[in-house]
Amino acid sequence: MDLIEIFLTTGFWAATIRIVSPLIFATLGELICERAGVLNLGIEGIMTIGAMAGWMWVYQGGDLWTGVMFAALVGGTFGLVHSIFTVYLGLSQHVTGIGVTMFASSLSYFIYRMMLPDATTPPKIIPFQTYPIPGLSELPIVGEAVFTQTPMTYLALLCVPIVWYMLYRTPVGLAVRMAGENPVAVEAQGIDVLAIRTGAVVVGSGLMAVGGAFITMSAFDAFFFGMINGRGWIAIALVVFASWRPGKALLGAVLFAGLEAFQVRAQQVAGASILPYQFYLMLPYLLSIVAMVIMARRARYPKALLVPYRRGERV
Amino acid sequence: MSILEIKNITKSFGSLVANDNISLSLDAGEILALLGENGAGKTTLMNILFGHYTADKGSISIDGELLPPGSTEAAIKAGVGMVHQHFTLADNLSVLDNIILGTENLFAWRQDLSGARAKLEKMAEEFGLAVKPDILVGELSVGERQRVEILKVLYRDARVLILDEPTAVLTPQETEGLFATLKKLTDKGLGVIFISHKLNEILAISNRVAVLRRGAITGIVKTVDADRAMLAEMMVGHKVTRPRLEAAAAGAVVLQLSGVSVSGNTPTPLLNNIDLEVCAHEIVGVAGVAGNGQSALASLLSGLTRPASGTVELHGEALGEVTPNLMVSLGVGRIPEDRHASGVVGEMAVWENLISETLKSSEISHGRFWIKKPDALKRTEQLIEQYDVRCEGPLQQTKLLSGGNMQKLILARALSSDPSFILANQPVRGLDEGAIAYVQTQLLAARQRGAGILLISEDLDELMSLCDKLVVMYHGELSAPFVPKQKTVQEIGLMMAGHRPETGQEAAYAN
Repeated sequence: MDLIEIFLTTGFWAATIRIVSPLIFATLGELICERAGVLNLGIEGIMTIGAMAGWMWVYQGGDLWTGVMFAALVGGTFGLVHSIFTVYLGLSQHVTGIGVTMFASSLSYFIYRMMLPDATTPPKIIPFQTYPIPGLSELPIVGEAVFTQTPMTYLALLCVPIVWYMLYRTPVGLAVRMAGENPVAVEAQGIDVLAIRTGAVVVGSGLMAVGGAFITMSAFDAFFFGMINGRGWIAIALVVFASWRPGKALLGAVLFAGLEAFQVRAQQVAGASILPYQFYLMLPYLLSIVAMVIMARRARYPKALLVPYRRGERV
Repeated sequence: MSILEIKNITKSFGSLVANDNISLSLDAGEILALLGENGAGKTTLMNILFGHYTADKGSISIDGELLPPGSTEAAIKAGVGMVHQHFTLADNLSVLDNIILGTENLFAWRQDLSGARAKLEKMAEEFGLAVKPDILVGELSVGERQRVEILKVLYRDARVLILDEPTAVLTPQETEGLFATLKKLTDKGLGVIFISHKLNEILAISNRVAVLRRGAITGIVKTVDADRAMLAEMMVGHKVTRPRLEAAAAGAVVLQLSGVSVSGNTPTPLLNNIDLEVCAHEIVGVAGVAGNGQSALASLLSGLTRPASGTVELHGEALGEVTPNLMVSLGVGRIPEDRHASGVVGEMAVWENLISETLKSSEISHGRFWIKKPDALKRTEQLIEQYDVRCEGPLQQTKLLSGGNMQKLILARALSSDPSFILANQPVRGLDEGAIAYVQTQLLAARQRGAGILLISEDLDELMSLCDKLVVMYHGELSAPFVPKQKTVQEIGLMMAGHRPETGQEAAYAN
């Protein structure tokens, strides 16, 4: 099989869509936070605890969908922690975010060990199953690639237009975008900047946690250490790549996921073994950096990103 | 009939009493000017009225109803609208987005964009404030942005419009346009509070003037009964005369720029092929609306940026690699635009800031390694005395100085080495009348001593009264120099808006 032929297989596209799902949740979540002016470096940890919380809910006998909701709730709580420090106290978003990531991931492992002290091999749950959409799944190629996935993937894809609509077509979305551009303008129109920013960070963090939950509840069936594996950081890069736009975020996520799916298959292609397999592992990240450099040069980032807003301060 | 009643407002920040028992009223259809120097408490008062600050004492009522303190939302609902000195707009969003923010129920599922657009267009027509609703605010000129700010207020059915220093960023023509708009608004029954420290504008536009000094009202007069001198005295507390330019013959060329361009991070160069000559015994003024390349010119002459092309000559010698150090050693005195950002290090002591340009001189340091602190302190004390810097002493933290004294410190640093060329970028911005007179006197004295001075300012009156020659800066280009008296303010205003006297003058006058 040639390297080019990989792109013609349905399996490649199906894998791309599977890999992209958690990235979509995470990228949209980060995008909402940053649109409101708050960088959320807590994303990696929030995804980890979302993965653990959702999985644990189901493992303890809960139902899958309530597990997703529980993960979102836990993620939102950590978003609230992040915003208390960065929005209300105006502390460094970088430092707080890294702190949230370290705290949330360590806490996930801690709770997991506390609750399952004797588990040697990771215990499993019955995850979301593929649900072919009647009719649409009969279509050639897209039928299998897009419409024969788990319900969480459909939810991820659905989130793109929903987030777009919320940001661009509702009053609260306008307030969020304005809070990230010029918080003084928001205040001058009689809207509470801190509440808007906090709301955005909580909702965004909830989405990130759902992205984490996808990994333990849809992609796999178990929770183990280090399984988020940098997906949060990739999401942060994708937000920049997307110039803070939901549609472009989907495009960027698909591009990255496609590279990821490609590299797994490329390793197995005969003749590709002239290069060590680590090269293929590196490929998605390398090309992401190249794409970032090209895209980010033209990016118009939210002007008040990283700038804390303090009410009543002389401007 | 008064729509707004401010009663006994008092507000302190720490030990500073920003507003001391202030009472004011505003009638419908009236323009009330609020006159006062920087720091007199004008903006504080308006921020209390608009709910940004909470007053310590006193009350505000609109149409006889008390306004709850500290709530911007309540103030807006009651019909108070404010156009801030620094616009509160988001550049990356459209005009319409900026205007409708906060006018709808925040948790509605959809926006009524077409309804908003129709209302905006109707208003724009009614008040003669044409804007394109879908253009990004970042693409608008300053005058147009102000129009958006006013529309934003009108969109919310404001009845009291507060304008904080609205003309600071406008050309004279744009100012006239604003005044015409304000007349239309008052004809419709709005009350306008116009905050300014420019006397001629206040006399031109207002019905009544309230003068503030050090947080207290020193008088409220009808504009028809007031004149310039009287208002100035009420504002400052004593008679102030600004220094006047005395005739002096220009000497040898000190600074010469030929065909200088500076490129920035923008598609168009910051400075485009400019020629400029400054002679000894001469003050050359650079007029223009802020943001037309003045900062680039100042950075160039301070040694902070290098020209992309063209030559910079000091005393006839071309400069190669310019650095701040080189400029200082060549006798360039620099008074930067923003005292706090690039003039002084606020956290450091007065003496450290004062000697920072002469660190390498043997008078201050041993072999450039060890500062002779006793000598440095002595030198600082001399300069403090000579330039009348009011401070506790050389060891005081610089950020605790008032604006005027901080500027005197910078003057002392820049002028004590008797520079042959002085770059004065907005040297009196934000200073009170006394300090302005002091700074201007020092500049004129330096001119008498033989320095060539480049004075960058947005205040045309200042330039007209202090400069031997003027050039106008527009989009990174300089006009030919002219003697201030040879042109009227209107003509210069047109040049500031980009008209070239050779080509566009008559066409512009026809309008």
